[in-house]
This record gives sequence, structure tokens and C-alpha cells, in this order.
Amino acid sequence: MGTKKVTDETFEADVLKNDKTVLVDYWAEWCGPCKMIAPVLDAIAEEHGDKLDIVKLNVDENPAVTQKYGILNIPTLGVFAGGEVVKELVGARSKSALLRELADFL
Amino acid sequence: MLVKRKANQTVSAIHDLIVIGSGPAGYTAALYAARAQLKPLVFEGSVTAGGALMNTTDVENFPGFPDGILGPDLMDAVRKQAERFGAQLLAEDVTEVDLAADPKRVISEGETYLARAVIIATGSRYRELGVPGEKKLSGHGVSWCATCDGFFFREQEIAVVGGGDSAMEEALFLTRFAKTVTVIHRRDALRASKIMQERALANPKIKFRWNSQVTEILGDAKITGVRLRDTVTGEESELAVGGLFVAIGHDPRSELFRGQLATDSEGYLLVDQPSTRTAIPGVFAAGDVVDHTYRQAVTAAGTGCAAALDAERYLSGGTNPQDTY
Repeated sequence: MGTKKVTDETFEADVLKNDKTVLVDYWAEWCGPCKMIAPVLDAIAEEHGDKLDIVKLNVDENPAVTQKYGILNIPTLGVFAGGEVVKELVGARSKSALLRELADFL
Repeated sequence: MLVKRKANQTVSAIHDLIVIGSGPAGYTAALYAARAQLKPLVFEGSVTAGGALMNTTDVENFPGFPDGILGPDLMDAVRKQAERFGAQLLAEDVTEVDLAADPKRVISEGETYLARAVIIATGSRYRELGVPGEKKLSGHGVSWCATCDGFFFREQEIAVVGGGDSAMEEALFLTRFAKTVTVIHRRDALRASKIMQERALANPKIKFRWNSQVTEILGDAKITGVRLRDTVTGEESELAVGGLFVAIGHDPRSELFRGQLATDSEGYLLVDQPSTRTAIPGVFAAGDVVDHTYRQAVTAAGTGCAAALDAERYLSGGTNPQDTY
């Protein structure tokens, strides 16, 4: 399973009402580190798709969610469980570092 | 996969050359080594691929691009160029090395890779202020990447800390979004190049706070301001800002080699200049992990080229570079 795109419109259904834990990747086209982290997230989505949904939210196109969660830096990775933010990671990380941070959810 | 492909050889998977790191130095080393048929294996780093230029916008001083080129586009081009000649690129991090071993050992994601020669081009990482509030508010208005985060500060009053070229570049870039950008610098003059200084000083949106040091970043859920100390009078003051961009320089990424390679007091790897040889035969270093003087994309590319030529010479058993270049 790969990553999925979410928008202001689909955020509630895909993230907040999702039964699984969801990692939201806040990103934008102009952000170099966001591009760096994309293949890492693809790989984690492939390997841990049974436990974790990974979705991508473009901050440029989706201001409502971006503002609601006070995103001021990208890449930010927000982990949601039961509609609540349970963890937030700011900045790019290596795959192994990210897996360590996400260990509780995998 | 690479290991399997070479498994039919008697000695399995000893590469001629491993390049650790990417960016202008790593990719240029890979390009030259690939053209010399060394089939270099390049560990680009899982999130650092492309190096410092990935966080920049226009690179205006790389020769051959009269209209400038975007940092990420430049890196993508050199990367492709290296790949075209047979460099094998892995977007993974090296976690451990044994450079004195024969062959040299490079460990990544739990796997050991062997090589006769290694080029180190791990570059540098941005420096933090090390003041109260920085960790807590990083991600909540404190940023190290203007090109990533400038967008979030439309019509706000923000600040940039630093007095070098990258600080001026960030400040100028941020004027596209912010209402005002205050440059906070601990001296009374900028370190930046003339052209960047002139641009920043002439920009009506950019203000300066000279002789000022950030002692604390203020705010709870989000940054509200910074506390400053005047470096001459010692007087303290507060400056309200909605965002803070830190551009106070970089430190070399040399921890991986600690105990194996000598560094100077600031952690930069020492090489036998003008060559790129380290004290361990077959180990070469190039780019920002060595250079604290020039720190340019083109000088990094230049030393990356030198490292590949030095490695090529080493692998063919020679010692004097001039013989073959």
C-alpha cells in the first residue's frame, strides 16, 4: 500500500474518522526536504500499511487543515489516532530515525 | 541487490569506490569516478541527498548558468550525470564505517559494504542557537529553511538571525512573503558578500538589529518574540516576531569518522592539501566536511573532482597525481 493524497475536503473522512492510526505528511512543491522524505514515507507505507495509513496533504492547496493544526514548518509529520494528534515530528529524518519515532504505532 | 549482482565473482562485492554523501562534492566525485569506470557506489543519505543546495532557491554563482539555476535542479542534474556514466546511487544513510580495515567497511541499514577506496563528502548541517525556547518552538515558528517555510509567514513581522550570505539570501527570499524582515546580527557589520549585502541593505522590507545576540526565544504554543542582548552595552530587549529563521552557519558532519580520522578543533576533517587524502590510505574527503574557508557549490564540486582523481590514482597503485591527470 502506498501513500494517499488527502485534502481539506477529505481530511475528516480519511484522517479523523479513520479506524487506523494515520500519519499526515504536510508538504509543498517548493520544499526540498519534503521531496527528500517522500521516498522514505513510501517505503514505510509499503512495509507497515497494515498498521499505519500514510497520507499527504499539500499545504499550499489545503489552507484549512494547515491552519487548524498550526503548521508553520514543512515537512511536518502529524500522527493521528481516534481523530486526535498523538505525535508531531518537524523536519526531515532518515528512515531508521523515523521508524524509531514511530515505533509505538507500528 | 548490488551484492547479489556481484556474487558470482570470487571475492564477493568488493567495490572499487564508495562515496559517502551527496551534494556537489559527492555527486561530482561520483561523476568523475563513474567516467573512470570505477562504478562508484554512492550513499546519498536518506534525507540529505543533494546536500545543502536542496534548501536553497536560486544559485546565481555556479558557472555556466547565466540566469541562475534552482539548487535542487542543479543537484538533480549532476546526480543524473553521475548515473549516466554508471554511478550506483543508494538513498540510504551510512551508520558505521571501518576505514582502516582492508577492504574498508561501510555499514548501512544493517548491511556491510566493502570497498578498496572511500570518498567522504558528508557536508555540513545547520547550526542551532542553543538558547532557551529553541527546541520547544522549532516547528512552531522557528525554522532553518526559508524556502520551505517562508510561505507560512505572509504579511507578518519576522526575523532572520545571522550575517553571512545564507542569512542575506534567506532575508531577501522572505521579503516575498513577510511584511518586514529584521536581520539580527551580533556584530556591527555583515560577513556576507558585497552583492548580497547591497541587496539586503537596499531592500525596504529588511531592517537590521546590529550588535544583537538572541538569548531566548519567547512563546508557548507558537513563537511570539525573541529576547536580545546588545553585545556592546549588555542591555536586554525584546523584539516581537511571528517567525524566526536561523542562519548562523554550519557544522561539519564528521561524527561518523570520529576516532578514525583527524579533525580540526571545529570538527572539519583534515586532508593533505592540496590533495584530498586523509591520513588513512585510500580514504579521501571533499566538500563542506573539509572546507571551512570557501564553502561554495563550485569549490565543493572542485574538491569532489579532485577526490575522484586521487582515488583513481590510488586504486591504480600510483602516488603522484601529476603522472596521470
